[in-house]
Amino acid sequence: MRIAARVNGLAWSGEVEPRLLLSDFLRSEVGLTGTHVGCEHGVCGACTVQLDGEPVRACLMFAVQVDGREVTTVEGLAEAQPGEAITVEDLHPVQRALHEAHGLQCGFCTPGILMTAEAFLRDNPTPSREEIREAVSGHLCRCTGYHNIVEGVARAAELLAADGPAAHDDDDR
Amino acid sequence: MATAEKYVGGGVPRKEDPKLLTGQGQFLEGLTLPGMLHAALVRSPHGSARINSVDVSAAAAAEGVVAALSGADLADEWAAGLPMAWPVTDDIRIPDHWPVAQDVVRYVGDAVAVVVATSRNAALDAAELVEVDYEVLEAVVDVEAALADGAPRVHESFDDNKSYTWALTNGDVDAAFAKADVVVAERYTQPRLIPNAMEPRAVVAQSVPSTGDFTVWSTTQIPHVAKVLFALTLGIPEGQIRVIAPPDVGGGFGSKLNVYAEEALCIALARRLGKPVKWVAGRSEGYLATIHGRDQVQEIEIAATSDGKILGYRVHILAAMGAYLQLVAPGVPLLGAFLYCGCYGGEAYHFECTGVFTNTTPTDAYRGAGRPEATYAIERVIDALAREVGVDAAEIRRRNFLPAGDMVQSPGGLAFDSADYEPALDRALELLDYDGFRSDQAERRAGGGRRQTGVGFSSYVEICGLAPSQVLASLKYGAGGWDAATVRMLPTGKAEVVTGSSPHGQGHVTSWSQIAADALGIPYEDVTVLHGDTHVAPHGMNTYGSRSLAVAGVAVHNACGRVVDKARGLAAHLLEVAPEDLEYEAGTFSVKGVPDRTKSMPELAFAAWTAHSLPEDSEPGLEASCVYDPPNFTFPFGTHVAVVEVDTETGAVDLVRYIAVDDCGPVINPVIVDGQVHGGVAQGIAAALYEEATYAEDGTLETASMVNYLVPSAAEFPSFETDRTVTPSTSNPMGVKGIGEAGTIGSAPAVINAIVDALSHLGVTDVPMPASPERVWRAIRAAQGGEE
Repeated sequence: MRIAARVNGLAWSGEVEPRLLLSDFLRSEVGLTGTHVGCEHGVCGACTVQLDGEPVRACLMFAVQVDGREVTTVEGLAEAQPGEAITVEDLHPVQRALHEAHGLQCGFCTPGILMTAEAFLRDNPTPSREEIREAVSGHLCRCTGYHNIVEGVARAAELLAADGPAAHDDDDR
Repeated sequence: MATAEKYVGGGVPRKEDPKLLTGQGQFLEGLTLPGMLHAALVRSPHGSARINSVDVSAAAAAEGVVAALSGADLADEWAAGLPMAWPVTDDIRIPDHWPVAQDVVRYVGDAVAVVVATSRNAALDAAELVEVDYEVLEAVVDVEAALADGAPRVHESFDDNKSYTWALTNGDVDAAFAKADVVVAERYTQPRLIPNAMEPRAVVAQSVPSTGDFTVWSTTQIPHVAKVLFALTLGIPEGQIRVIAPPDVGGGFGSKLNVYAEEALCIALARRLGKPVKWVAGRSEGYLATIHGRDQVQEIEIAATSDGKILGYRVHILAAMGAYLQLVAPGVPLLGAFLYCGCYGGEAYHFECTGVFTNTTPTDAYRGAGRPEATYAIERVIDALAREVGVDAAEIRRRNFLPAGDMVQSPGGLAFDSADYEPALDRALELLDYDGFRSDQAERRAGGGRRQTGVGFSSYVEICGLAPSQVLASLKYGAGGWDAATVRMLPTGKAEVVTGSSPHGQGHVTSWSQIAADALGIPYEDVTVLHGDTHVAPHGMNTYGSRSLAVAGVAVHNACGRVVDKARGLAAHLLEVAPEDLEYEAGTFSVKGVPDRTKSMPELAFAAWTAHSLPEDSEPGLEASCVYDPPNFTFPFGTHVAVVEVDTETGAVDLVRYIAVDDCGPVINPVIVDGQVHGGVAQGIAAALYEEATYAEDGTLETASMVNYLVPSAAEFPSFETDRTVTPSTSNPMGVKGIGEAGTIGSAPAVINAIVDALSHLGVTDVPMPASPERVWRAIRAAQGGEE
């Protein structure tokens, strides 16, 4: 089937097999290997991306379902211009906060958590620790015991608040 | 070696993070090579069955398929079966273990055929077309059932399902029990656990047919060890194999400390087909085909005086090996064998372990490997003793602690490098506010509400940094206990550290950079750490058993010292003074009394590279290597405390506080150490409350996906409270100890002890792991005289 979508701000169009998973599409067709496949059955959350700004599990969707829509992956989170190389200076506040809080170890689950956390903080800019735990509970991490992931998301809320509401609210998604 | 500790001891943000945060991680699944083929395995759906025939013809004819091969088709590929490197006794039974089964399958997941195709999906589709005719046999999945008379045999060639019995006795155990006032005997089961590294296993093997060279990328913890074992299994000259653990490996926890069928198979297929071959595990496939951990039955008996002083220990355990012996599986119980006395004293000690074959996925080292099991048994039974003699749970530990000191002899037979157990307990009690907790608890009990609270302790000591090599020989371990480092000053004044460790999330690049930057007096950013590629780092014993810092990290430290020594000679030569007339601080040599006459490490690196003027007998370049073989293990210790609330009507357990006070000696990076403790503690809590792999009687893994094997999420944990005491190890010049497994080792008994404490007024003395609401509810019912 032919689909046309925007992925991290860039147009993509082409033929895909109807059974191709969104996760496999992103990794093999678009070449974005930052979206990791951890369980292929919708439990671990590693493959989470945003579809029109909302988190979805890329292993539970088909590529054909994103026709005409906007997909954001971890590669699209930093502030680099579409298609440009991402550097440390470009890190999104959520990425920076997880770095500062040591909220990742092996880093395999991290892209999915970032995509959920970014959307969560748009909806709830001043969450409690309890709310953060609930928000990331759709993601399994085997390294961190979640302690520093929770701290990292809390830190991200502070960084986003410090950046000012303008930096956040003018997001047109 | 004088070093200014600018980085060591500081919570330096990790160098590993930026790429992992931006989707630039270099994990194996992202690796694609020109002409690469994909393998899919056909696996046994039966726990035990004879293979009558395997028909691959339909699969071979399917679109995109390049080859479809049965175990018999592949039989000539193997120079040896899959390796087992820890034959713990002379008479251990070691079954043949072929990467693809040839006549009998012995667990659900045992490979029977492989399909190779131009895409993963084509291979998976065609694998469905392989027809296998099985004669189903009776399976046995439980260790005790496997030892019963008339039990089905996992291996026909052996008389029964026993692999080995290993025993250890110190002192006169019968005499200790004879004079005891009290004897407490308990029986515990260690559920089977699935390690669940978040990145599934994967391998890519590439051959160069014209030269016979192979490159193997594998999500492994042990690239160097694997290289040796690939050579032996496949009959390839070792020098022609290059093994690469990718720059990023997504967790291991022991599950990637092995040599697996799929690794050998991809190499064999690459050799046979002359094309690169890739295999990536699905999660459920990994549950069948990647090692499990634990699965033991433990009987522990302790003899004590009426005031609770332990005199002797008797321990008997049955340990499931699964259907075959994986790389170090028989040795896993031995890693705990010396620790069933924990950090306590006594006169006599007996330990005996029998390794048992069952029709299940093979077990092997999972985070803690033997020590969580041992710690669980002693930390549970000491609480039982406390109840028996009417002594408080914290006090009974204090009464039995080994004395503080260096090289303290334990009843288990080992000498602990540096012991000082009371301060960690004291600190944990202080953080808890123990008296305050007990009065809250008493109030709640008096109130008689349905939610009751309890506290559980675990004062653990553990063994890591397996060493020295001679001691490992006495345990019949098939490898050494050393590790290697090369430190190289580059002409531009930067440094390159080549390490034999193989990180998969631990942050070695950061920690080794901290060590080298301080020792060499250069900025942290100027240190590059190379690892995981046997062509780049030729020597290593790799990463497992919390050994990396205490062995490989010390090798980095020592190699840096040798670089500084060499630099001193060059500086003295260039400054025309004697080496002993130089002072070294923070990367600069200065002439004593003439502080403006200096040579910095970058200046010396450039001078060593140009080699225009070198001391006599000196070679160009500024680099040094160290292969470090420690004189002893390191023995980290600590006290963990769990506080739970239990709903006595539903059996639901809430973990409300978790306090970990650990002693891993001096800390290189406190943030990384806390992270290791958090993650380790979470895995132990998971075992205590949620996780258990179960088999149906026919050998079907019932918990074959993440839907029913309950890996807990953030919602199931509290925030952890961590603190440390610092008692330097005597086993290495840095005084450091491992911390990768301590959290897992300490945590499970603390949680279960807390649940039992919460319900002790109802008469509950035991709740099995994992303490599901149903099990807790049944324990309450049973204690109150109701039906279980």
